Amino acid sequence: MADQARPRLQDLMGSSAQAAEGGAPPARKANRRKRLVPYGLAAPSVLWLLVFFLIPTLYMAFISLGSGFLGNIKFGTNFSNYVEVLKTYDKQFIRSVIYALIVTFLALCIAYPLAYWIALYGGRRKNVFILLILLPFFVSFVIRTVQWQFILADTGIIFGPLKNLGLLSKNFHVLSTPVAVIAGITYNFLPFTVLPLYVALERLDPRLLEAGRDLYANKVTTFLKVVWPLSLPGVFAAFLLTFVPAVGDFVNSQILGGPKTTMIGQIIQTLFQTNFDYPHGAALSFILMAFLLIGASLYAKVLGTEAVTSAAAR
Amino acid sequence: MTDHPNIDPAWLRGMTMRRMSRRDLFKAGGVGASALSLGAILAACSSSDSSSPAASGSSGGVDFTAEPAGTLDFANWPLYIDKEKVNGEVVRPSLLQFTDQTGIEVNYREVIQGNNTFFGKIQPQLAAGQSTGWDLIVITNGETLTRLMTLDYLVELPTDMRPNFDKYADVSVKDPAYDPGNKFTMAWQSGLTGIAWDPKQVAELRPDNPTITSMNDLFDPAFAGKVGMFGDNADMPNLTLLGMGIDPTTSTPEDWNAAAEKLIAQRDDGIVRQYYEQNYINAISNGDVAVTMGWSGDIFQTNLSGDSEGLQFAVPDEGAIIWTDNMMIPKGAAHPVDAMMYMDYVYDPDVAGQMAQWINYITPVPDSKAFVLGLFDDTGDEYYKNVAESPLVYPTPADTAKLSTYRVLTEDEQLEWNGIFQPIYQS
Amino acid sequence: MSAVAVETAGTASADQAPIRRGKGRRWTSYILPTYTWVVIVYLAFPIAVMIVFGFNDVPGRVSARWYGFTTQWYTQLFDNTELTAAFKNSIGIAVISSAVSTLIGALLGLALGRYRFKGAPSTNYLVFLAIASPEIVLGTSLLTMFVNAYTFIPQGFPTILVSHIAFSISFVAVTVRARVQGLSSSYEEAAQDLGADPLNTFRLVTLPLIMPSVISGFLLAFALSVDDFVITSFVAGPTVTFPLYVAGAAKQGIPPQVNVMGTILFSVGVLAAISSAVAPAIASRRDAKRLSQDRELTASLTASVGSKG
Repeated sequence: MADQARPRLQDLMGSSAQAAEGGAPPARKANRRKRLVPYGLAAPSVLWLLVFFLIPTLYMAFISLGSGFLGNIKFGTNFSNYVEVLKTYDKQFIRSVIYALIVTFLALCIAYPLAYWIALYGGRRKNVFILLILLPFFVSFVIRTVQWQFILADTGIIFGPLKNLGLLSKNFHVLSTPVAVIAGITYNFLPFTVLPLYVALERLDPRLLEAGRDLYANKVTTFLKVVWPLSLPGVFAAFLLTFVPAVGDFVNSQILGGPKTTMIGQIIQTLFQTNFDYPHGAALSFILMAFLLIGASLYAKVLGTEAVTSAAAR
Repeated sequence: MTDHPNIDPAWLRGMTMRRMSRRDLFKAGGVGASALSLGAILAACSSSDSSSPAASGSSGGVDFTAEPAGTLDFANWPLYIDKEKVNGEVVRPSLLQFTDQTGIEVNYREVIQGNNTFFGKIQPQLAAGQSTGWDLIVITNGETLTRLMTLDYLVELPTDMRPNFDKYADVSVKDPAYDPGNKFTMAWQSGLTGIAWDPKQVAELRPDNPTITSMNDLFDPAFAGKVGMFGDNADMPNLTLLGMGIDPTTSTPEDWNAAAEKLIAQRDDGIVRQYYEQNYINAISNGDVAVTMGWSGDIFQTNLSGDSEGLQFAVPDEGAIIWTDNMMIPKGAAHPVDAMMYMDYVYDPDVAGQMAQWINYITPVPDSKAFVLGLFDDTGDEYYKNVAESPLVYPTPADTAKLSTYRVLTEDEQLEWNGIFQPIYQS
Repeated sequence: MSAVAVETAGTASADQAPIRRGKGRRWTSYILPTYTWVVIVYLAFPIAVMIVFGFNDVPGRVSARWYGFTTQWYTQLFDNTELTAAFKNSIGIAVISSAVSTLIGALLGLALGRYRFKGAPSTNYLVFLAIASPEIVLGTSLLTMFVNAYTFIPQGFPTILVSHIAFSISFVAVTVRARVQGLSSSYEEAAQDLGADPLNTFRLVTLPLIMPSVISGFLLAFALSVDDFVITSFVAGPTVTFPLYVAGAAKQGIPPQVNVMGTILFSVGVLAAISSAVAPAIASRRDAKRLSQDRELTASLTASVGSKG
């Protein structure tokens, strides 16, 4: 995550000449050799993705139906693995979804006014603001989280002085509570929320806003009738881009959490790395992936299929 | 550690290293400060000659009569060997001396951060009959060690290549229950699992009784939200059982469930602040917890480093757990002879003393106390006296009487045990 | 896009003038800017703490107490062998994996953006899946494959490398694809009409045109790799990278050098971002067609922001 800012910023600012919306025209001379060109271009990547993405995922699917320990898996059809993990870890699964929903809601609430102001009133300094928003990405994800652990310590740089002044009770703490976990995830993924909102709002035609103001003569109505509906795709994108990594996160709950804040990612990690119970870990991973991919695919279908499969669609 | 540090004479005069033996440094001043002098210094205080391995039979397909290869790849835990800073360079004196005596270069890496996680990293190689890349690893007695032995992943150690061990090892690490006859392991250091506490906070939270003496203190509502527990399958369950007056080594599943009930109540009543790994040290030095399960040597080191002041370690009235981290040679090791020589080398009382005064856990060589006291005599530094007199480094027989060990579990029992205790801290 | 839109695009560019509000500035007009700055301070706060505490003269581990100012952690940056090894591993893996994934990912982006071919829809979907899958799932599935019942695959530097390449390819591909889709193919056609063979057309025309996105892709891949924790933690075997080291150290006490290395990475990242953002901005002053945000670009960028967590 560190420095996605660089390319994104560059591309956001960069000179992307607007092409005909029609996209790629067919190759002009349809000889056989030419038809093979795209396959040749795509082959190395596709092969790599097959071997190191698709096949492992399918292999994990087999494993999730097996039984055994570490590499010594007996393959089988133990669909009961899925039932068992859902039964055993239902609390953590539900908790992860709830945390992620809260995080996404908070992040949207925090990010929307920010994105709105930068996009519409940022002027020349828009990109400076976006760079500032992306600052956290220039520091490792793990380090950022560790810094929060350090900042939020009971007698740390914030609560220490407050407690010494008697403004907080000695027992007050944020670390080891759901509040710390949710705050940590919100902090870590907030830029993911801001960017899609910003991109959506930045593309609004200022004339539409003026027209809206002329029509409704009221900023609130203009916002509700013009800005909000037009920014909805951005809101959905922001939702997805915050929610997916938030559900699967295990770093924040591990570093900032306490008893009863365990999230599903931690369980998966324990099953694989402490218990070496690959079948159950695989089953749980699969459930998580299915849950998230169904959501993501729905999103892609409804709002942005062409964003992903544009070349194919035409 | 491939290069000997180039030791600056100014350093030798400066004597700024609190933990270096000044006696030896003066000697070195006499010989001149050559690049090899630190090794020479340390060699001067070593009484054993472990450089020529005695003839011995081969074991487990490993030929221990072979000449040492001159290299040793050693995986250990962080902060677990003596270390000094010389001219801005970090050196490990006991390793330098070993190299000096034997010509074996030690590639010492602090890569082990958990028994289970480390096992997960080397298991694929072991299962495939490949080298793990390590000649010597350090694993705590318990689930992982049992697994390594039952899966036949360890090299059987020759009994005729450990004169120092035979002569100087404490009875407690000879022929231990988890490895009868020291077939596969030799102790590195031992430690206690007991209670670490911060007197300042305890006095504030429970003014009428400001001392921690019992396991019950971990369950006292006066410390609600300020109690740390280990989040693991070894220390948390075993110490809790001990606190309930049950000997963990002979405990039954009924006992386990009773302990679990107690632990769940403790968690649900909001007494537990968090389940920790070794980060409990940060928590207690930051003031996040007032009382926590802890390991003996950590508290000593934390106070010493200046990160915190006056933290205490209590062996509860009900007893504490003693565990042992063990050296062992994983199958496929490229340099087993070198590893074996090193394992015996650390049982030299002076070497053990040099390590013990830094590590501050329980040394397996009681005779090393003389070396540490010698440092006190030479330097007048109270620190060495404290180490030599600390029951946490050199426990008295009265202390050891209160100690228990981990329950040794079969694979099936382990599953049941984990199933009972894991959900408590992963909730 | 309509003529109106193209016209307004002129004001919607990077250096667009702010929308004019009414005549007087009421106090309410300060709410949003103030709020923005508050959030920025919140986002930057942990970074400031990291930088400041890199100068803390602590005796041992990172501590909340201030012991006085020192630069010793900068001079002793490489004292900690394990930390240094981890840092080197991270840089090495990032360099190699971003180079490889940029090379083959850019070709895929080119194929998807420029050509219509059988299998393109499923390839696009594959790329989408790779981006949208939660990291922990990618990590665990790679782990199960590496620790399998059939053959022995030693985990370590090589497995981290192939895994990083695997998750970087998609990000490079969508970045390049977006750029290619935004380009007219008329330049290439012109080149071919002038008799250039396909290879020369690619080398002299296509490559320079897509270069900005290739560089973006490379930087993105590098950033993703150097910071990846979740996937790496499953496939690393005994090898330690910088994020893995920090996560491990968090359990024992963090050496102060971690703050310093974090500060250095941060500074280098910010400099790279500024230079890569400023250069095209300056160049684009001369570029009349710089204006509108390509929809595909936007979409793929938002997609690439996602999934990494």
